[in-house]
Amino acid sequence: MRKALLIALRTTAVTLILTGVIYPYVVTGLAQLLFPWRANGSLVTDDQGQVIGSELIGQGFANPAYFQPRPSAAGDKGYDATSSSGSNLGPTSQKLQERATQDLQRLQEENPGAPGLVPVELVTTSASGLDPHLSPQAVLWQIPRVANARKIAPERISAVVEAVSEGRDIGILGEPRVNVLVLNLALDRQFGRPAPVQARDGKGPTE
Amino acid sequence: MSVNGWVQILMFFLVILAVTKPLGIYMFRVFERDQQPLPRFFGPIERGIYRLCGVDPREQQTWTQYTLAVLLFSAITLLVTYAIERLQHGLPLNPQHFDPVPPDLAFNTAASFTTNTNWQAYSGESTMSYLTQMAGLAWHNFISAAAGIAVAIALARGLTYHLRPDDAKTIGNFWVDLIRCTVYVLLPICIPVALVLVSQGIIQNFSPYVDLTTLEGAKQTLAMGPVASQEVIKEFGTNGGGFFNANSAHPFENPNPLTNFIEMVLIFAISAALTYTYGRMARDQKQGWALFAAMALMFFLGVAPAYYFESTGNPVMHGLAVDQAAGNMEGKEVRFGVANSALWATVTTDTSCGAVNSMHDSYTPLGGLVPLANIQLSEVIFGGVGSGLYGMLVYVLLAVFIAGLMVGRTPEYLGKKIEAREIKLAMLYVLIFPLVILYFSAWSVVAPYGVSSLNNAGPHGLSEILYAYSEAAGNNGSAFAGLNANTPWYNVSIGLTMLIGRFLMIVPALAIAGSLVGKKVVPASLGTFPTNGALFAVLLVSVVIIVGALTFFPALALGPIVEHFLAQAGKVF
Repeated sequence: MRKALLIALRTTAVTLILTGVIYPYVVTGLAQLLFPWRANGSLVTDDQGQVIGSELIGQGFANPAYFQPRPSAAGDKGYDATSSSGSNLGPTSQKLQERATQDLQRLQEENPGAPGLVPVELVTTSASGLDPHLSPQAVLWQIPRVANARKIAPERISAVVEAVSEGRDIGILGEPRVNVLVLNLALDRQFGRPAPVQARDGKGPTE
Repeated sequence: MSVNGWVQILMFFLVILAVTKPLGIYMFRVFERDQQPLPRFFGPIERGIYRLCGVDPREQQTWTQYTLAVLLFSAITLLVTYAIERLQHGLPLNPQHFDPVPPDLAFNTAASFTTNTNWQAYSGESTMSYLTQMAGLAWHNFISAAAGIAVAIALARGLTYHLRPDDAKTIGNFWVDLIRCTVYVLLPICIPVALVLVSQGIIQNFSPYVDLTTLEGAKQTLAMGPVASQEVIKEFGTNGGGFFNANSAHPFENPNPLTNFIEMVLIFAISAALTYTYGRMARDQKQGWALFAAMALMFFLGVAPAYYFESTGNPVMHGLAVDQAAGNMEGKEVRFGVANSALWATVTTDTSCGAVNSMHDSYTPLGGLVPLANIQLSEVIFGGVGSGLYGMLVYVLLAVFIAGLMVGRTPEYLGKKIEAREIKLAMLYVLIFPLVILYFSAWSVVAPYGVSSLNNAGPHGLSEILYAYSEAAGNNGSAFAGLNANTPWYNVSIGLTMLIGRFLMIVPALAIAGSLVGKKVVPASLGTFPTNGALFAVLLVSVVIIVGALTFFPALALGPIVEHFLAQAGKVF
């Protein structure tokens, strides 16, 4: 028993140092050497060199001239990247039904020229609350509004969307998608930044 | 459902099938050969660790010594993690200056990681320092996985060893199995795969959180940390405890469909391969493939309905002007869609992994029934690393016993007679599991401190509670996460459930090993029931499903099943 206890204590210390300290430091060292941009969060800068987000983390957009992401359950205001979360509302949840109905109404009001039914992602929250993507359908649906707000022909917006769309990985895996931040950045580069608008219930610009 | 979705599911299964044999042979060489693989490279590391730990690799243990070693090691490591959590404010690598983890949550988390459950009552990015994540939690991802694999190998030894009457009745050496597993199996895969994951966007740094102003001018803070190193072992060791609250749905843990695919393969790899290792040990590869076939059949029985029901869309949005062609997208990420979310949910609950890339709480009633039922079949569909194999072997004994009853012969398995003692231990193993789940669930639904944590009303609330205790006893760690489990009642009761679900099941498994290892082997005769063919695989699946259904059907009928019919009728709560 005493011998077993001693071995257990020593094995605890050795495995802790090997797998809990040495291992993550080795991986960090190699990762920083080989893929520093990825290892540090795939940060994106604007033309002035200011960090404006991570390519992988969704952020809120309220301005009609930008494509808008999915609703988010991360944090109180959505897209809080220190508080990732889904809504966890179940399939018979009244709260979920009310929220979807409200979002639907707002979307229909803001997008009078939009074609057909509202794509489902625009009224559902993602699992992380930080989903950076939309499906191509959900982007196409918003083109009339963006084109109108920017006073630019919809075809020219479509061309930008097409340029930044991603297919399935290796042609098979996952779903086709468009990164909303990358798309909005591309729009700004091509057509200039839109004039800021008044914030809507805290989700929009604060400065 | 789409053709592409099924192509992805089949492609995943084919990769697992391809990995099973080579990894299985490799693990056989690691655990059962005198000469381990790549001795020039790994040999010195292995011997150095033995010296540091005071382990004599030639020493063999009886089942009681082996069990004592597992329990002692688990108890000490649990206390160490508890201490790290409680002292994290004074330890290095805490750039966000997080406070000590409160005692009930620290106990729950330490129990969770010691038992390979990785239930997260905490939110990683706002609670745990980098040191706690690495040295408190990811450390357990390695050693609890290695301990589970060690126990499986020990039980396999008990079943397959042919000892002479005067041989010592030993089943290996826990310390040697633990260290070999870490050095030869886990670390060599984790380091390169972690780097592949970083190349795809998973972060790996010790920086403070990044404050930035978004394109539209809002403030955003990005949580950082050494994520990739933890991500890979979290899947490979079927642990499942994410660095972030949203787990593998978080883009920094799982940025694209390729990483998603790699992570799913990691979850199944060891458990699938262990069936091959087992076939080698049994000197009859078909014994291993029969287990694999039974597991594979149950995998497809789960993934098909999960995918189907999630494709049908969310019931509360039927009738709204919403295009639900993409399926039920509440709690799912666009890059994964319904196919990869349903596949992952099946994979993570077939095994005791419990990492999630979508939120199971928001699944359709019957889509969400699949993960719940997978767990309640006691995690033997490939199962946790090690725990899947030893759990399935217990069911094998039951199946052999039932087959023996049907033909009126003393049951035998691999030439060893299965007698009253083994069946009693197997029944103990099978009964502890539903006992804790149903007992604590029943308690929680009648106690005010139990129901006050619910996020959903109606039958879905029962499902949330039932899911919480099922995953705890099954050491899974996924959740119907709407339940606010970070309360003293849930932290303590779920913590205890996890400990019971791990250790009260390891002890009977090792006792069976001890009881069988010395039994003399009788040659197979015409009357022997063959356990290496399709008939046995089907019998095994039937036993697993019947035991699970008899135990849990009444509770499931009041939860997801009744919810399905109410949802069809348009009822909300």
